[in-house]
Amino acid sequence: MEAVLALVVGVLAGAGVWLVLRPRTFQVIMGLTLLSYAVNLFIFSIGSIFIDKPPIVAPGTPGDLNHYTDPMPQSLVLTAIVIGFATTALFLVVLLASRGLSGTDHVDGTREDS
Amino acid sequence: MSMLLGHLMVAPIVLPLVTSALLLLLGERRRRLKSIINVSATLGGLVVASMILRGVDHGGGLGNVGVYLAANWKAPFGIVLVADRVSALMLVLVGVVSLCAALYAEAAWSRASVYFHALFQIQLMGINGAFLTGDLFNLFVFFEVMLAASYGLQLHGSGWPRVRSGLHYIAVNLLASSLFLIGLAVLYGVLGTLNMADIADKIPRVAERDLGLLHAGAAILAMAFLIKAGTWPLNAWLVPAYTATSAPVAAVFALMTKVGIYTLLRASTLFFSGAAGRSAYFGQSVFLYGGLATIAFGTIGFFTSLRAGRIASFSIIVSSGTLLAVIGVGSVSMTSGALFYMLSATLAASALFLLVELVERIGSDRRAGQPDVDFLPGEDTNLDDDEMPLVGRAFPVSLALLGLAFIACALVVAGLPPLSGFIAKIAIVTAVVSADSVVPTTAGVGLSPAGWTIFGALLVSGLAATVALARVGIRRFWSMGGQSAPHIKRVEAVAVVVLLLCCIALTVYADPVLRYTRSAAAGLNTPRAYIEAVLSAQVRAAQAGAQGRSESTPSGISEGAP
Repeated sequence: MEAVLALVVGVLAGAGVWLVLRPRTFQVIMGLTLLSYAVNLFIFSIGSIFIDKPPIVAPGTPGDLNHYTDPMPQSLVLTAIVIGFATTALFLVVLLASRGLSGTDHVDGTREDS
Repeated sequence: MSMLLGHLMVAPIVLPLVTSALLLLLGERRRRLKSIINVSATLGGLVVASMILRGVDHGGGLGNVGVYLAANWKAPFGIVLVADRVSALMLVLVGVVSLCAALYAEAAWSRASVYFHALFQIQLMGINGAFLTGDLFNLFVFFEVMLAASYGLQLHGSGWPRVRSGLHYIAVNLLASSLFLIGLAVLYGVLGTLNMADIADKIPRVAERDLGLLHAGAAILAMAFLIKAGTWPLNAWLVPAYTATSAPVAAVFALMTKVGIYTLLRASTLFFSGAAGRSAYFGQSVFLYGGLATIAFGTIGFFTSLRAGRIASFSIIVSSGTLLAVIGVGSVSMTSGALFYMLSATLAASALFLLVELVERIGSDRRAGQPDVDFLPGEDTNLDDDEMPLVGRAFPVSLALLGLAFIACALVVAGLPPLSGFIAKIAIVTAVVSADSVVPTTAGVGLSPAGWTIFGALLVSGLAATVALARVGIRRFWSMGGQSAPHIKRVEAVAVVVLLLCCIALTVYADPVLRYTRSAAAGLNTPRAYIEAVLSAQVRAAQAGAQGRSESTPSGISEGAP
């Protein structure tokens, strides 16, 4: 499972970086979205991956990580998802404004100059 | 006393938040009321910051470290706010600059959109929070609060240049946020904690095989801060964005690069101090050489820019570079000089951003609509357009004020005597020469090559700033000014003058301020006091009073003297 997760994070991050470097604003925003998926998965995987382990310490079980999964990365990733979503939405607005003002979807808006 | 400071510490965050909510509730009308609320809340922030500063500076030795346990959980588990001398100093700086920016904005800019005031307060909340927090993830949240507000403020007033540079600014900062999260996650994976004091406590005990991962995480985290601080080569977004945005917003943005610098300073002194075992002084040489490269970039930028707005942006880059290079050497006296320099440079850069807009109004009344072109003075330079002699004529007050303010600004930015910029440079240069460097790996002892390079870079960047500002001054004041007095509102003038008066006050009271920065730097260089203060802060027991309210927040202040 670790290998699959690592591959997914790697592919998402690689595709994200490639898209961010593209010249069209839509590609950039897709790239940023993919990158934030990669980052969120990465944070999630930091708290060691288990199946069938609750993120709470049940009464009677010892409080070490063999018996429960660390809840901290999960709460971090929730916050990161919310913040990433909001800022990406904000970026989308600016992107549309740029499209409206320049008449092109190039990141530099170079249509008039060329 | 400790009770008072305890609850005051959360005020720099809560006050802007509540104000912003109130401003949103007021809706789109009632501009005057919103202006009054905005300015008075900002003034309140300055007062609170000064009280925190007094509280923190009150003890002897290394002073007090104020610790606020925000949810009444003991330090490594709950979120903490920490105020030591450095954070208190930064809070006061934020208060002064934001008050002047808010005043300036009342003249015109605040009317350009409905939500200016609310965004402005949220921006202040983010900046203040970043200075106060003692928790890495909380720092991320405050960074995002600050950035989200700045995205809106940067576009304030709209127009193609703003949207274009804003697009780049937002894209770069979203990437930086991703890096921040990755670095933070790696650190959590290695250390199992996000509390900054706890991280510092655990780093010396990291196992040998995890060191690589730890350093990789710290380096990725530092990348996010370096982008924020505007370090070369990560600063291509800075100059267009800061130049394009409106004047009061640019003045506040001058603070945002300092947030990056502050975080780097805090994290490097706390995590990788001399006590960090095998990780000691990790990354210091990157700061040093990155800083020097940034100074070089800014210096070249000074020479290439003809518009005053760009010069102000490059002065921010140069000040970031100087601070980074000095932090990279990392002795107490260097850091002390750097803190003084940070005060002086931020005040001057903010004043310059505000001034630039006023200066560009000169002559614009007569030649409205004409492009900004270079006017060559004619042969009869002693006569004006109407063949009247220039000597002995009444000089418009606004123009005289602008000229004087511009000269003062230029003196501080370029670091020429007699104003505070000069004292700041003297403090740094003296520290370079006086050879008490604590980082043997990078700087060596005494006049090492690194020391000499900083020395040279300071002088050359000062020369470049002088040349660039003199060129703008000549073009603006001598070759086209003189007869058409620009229209300046009183609040605008007051804002600029207050900022410059602060620079003058820094000059006059340089001795107490330097003494303060010196003890602040000493506090930074002995992170043990900070760590102990945070980790030993006591939870307050639930009050058994008649009111069964358990929401009363705890406070603890502990003496930080070793």
